[in-house]
Amino acid sequence: MTVEVAVTVNGQLRSAGVDARRTLADFLRHDLGLTGTHLGCEHGVCGSCTVLVDGASARSCLMLAVQAAGTEITTIEGLAVDGELNHLQQAMGDGHGFQCGFCTPGFMMTATELLRENPRPSEAQVREAISGNVCRCTGYESIVDGILRAAELIDE
Amino acid sequence: MKPPLFDYRCPSSLDEALALRSEYAYDSVVLAGGQSLMPMLNLRLARPEVLIDLGRVAELAEITELDGGVSLGAMARQRSAERSDLIRERAPLVQQALGHVGHPAIRNRGTVGGSVAHSDPAAELPAVCVALDAELVARGVAGERTIAAEDFAVGFMTTALAPDELLVEVRIPAAATAFRTAFIEIARRHGDFALVGVAAAIALDRDGLINDARLVFTGVGLMPVRAREAEASLLGTSGDAAALATAAGLVTGELQPRTDAHASGDYRRRVAGVLTRRALVEAMA
Repeated sequence: MTVEVAVTVNGQLRSAGVDARRTLADFLRHDLGLTGTHLGCEHGVCGSCTVLVDGASARSCLMLAVQAAGTEITTIEGLAVDGELNHLQQAMGDGHGFQCGFCTPGFMMTATELLRENPRPSEAQVREAISGNVCRCTGYESIVDGILRAAELIDE
Repeated sequence: MKPPLFDYRCPSSLDEALALRSEYAYDSVVLAGGQSLMPMLNLRLARPEVLIDLGRVAELAEITELDGGVSLGAMARQRSAERSDLIRERAPLVQQALGHVGHPAIRNRGTVGGSVAHSDPAAELPAVCVALDAELVARGVAGERTIAAEDFAVGFMTTALAPDELLVEVRIPAAATAFRTAFIEIARRHGDFALVGVAAAIALDRDGLINDARLVFTGVGLMPVRAREAEASLLGTSGDAAALATAAGLVTGELQPRTDAHASGDYRRRVAGVLTRRALVEAMA
């Protein structure tokens, strides 16, 4: 069963006709060519595919594309400002917040939501916020440091 | 994996949704927030012919005042409930429990009614509903009926809802505002399904003695389980250390959790006793 799905992704109106069973993650990657969103476990555990739907973080593997119709979606591709890294990206890069990079887009979108809602989080709040994102390389220390550093950069 | 093929229906009103549910009944599944159903579809544990998406039924998403209590529309997002001043004031146990539900990204999508209707014995909200004497409103094309939270689960992930009914509302009565409450659980990792959890609610009389007590456990049976002997033992006490120790001991005796891959039944019983004491201390504080 094919449905027409139109969403605003990173400020651009995009649409495609897809199977009703198409997940939002596959819609972004396969139909829109936005492969920055990574797909790990495909059942909502790893957090890699996290995107913002109307500003709120969501697992794109646990949403059908058709559910997202009419929403505004932000993906990792939408973080840079005029081709320049934003504060979060800069802080993560400076602090070696990531190693293999597979989990990166999910962490970045989760942290984006956190910093918007709570611009000066404590370390405990950062750890709570990213508790639903799995990283198998870093041990999380550099990711937590990076998010805290980003909060400082945003403040300055 | 990817979801199997299905026909997708997206009603824009409750009446339309009920008509679809009536037409397709057992051949359909209802998509609320999707945080349990989508994994089941992706893993192909669910293979519905028709998927009915309630996401556009706006009338089900409200959280409102109700006769001194609070009404949660079945499609109210868990995150909305977590941030609702009304719920903070009248049913703080809901928010105490929601902190343990998945992660923020899950609660952004997950719904109150979805969790209750899914009726996973490890889930927090069904236990909260039992502890607070919530009334669950079921509606079908023929009309509406109210089911006491305690009678809602009838077996493992099976509820009293008829196949043509939808859970439309969770009503928390005014009487629940009298409770002092706490929710505690033990999980391998924060946000995982808990091995054991407890929703504790106690009410005190004018002399500071306990005149109502609820201890409702998750993860120890096929549905939320009340520890009635332990509850009864608390009545008339001041909730002093001896009373809490007695209640914790009774919990360990009366619960009969099963052993599974995640923990043995004995471990769960022991943890349930410890959580009982901790939850009661927190509720009394």
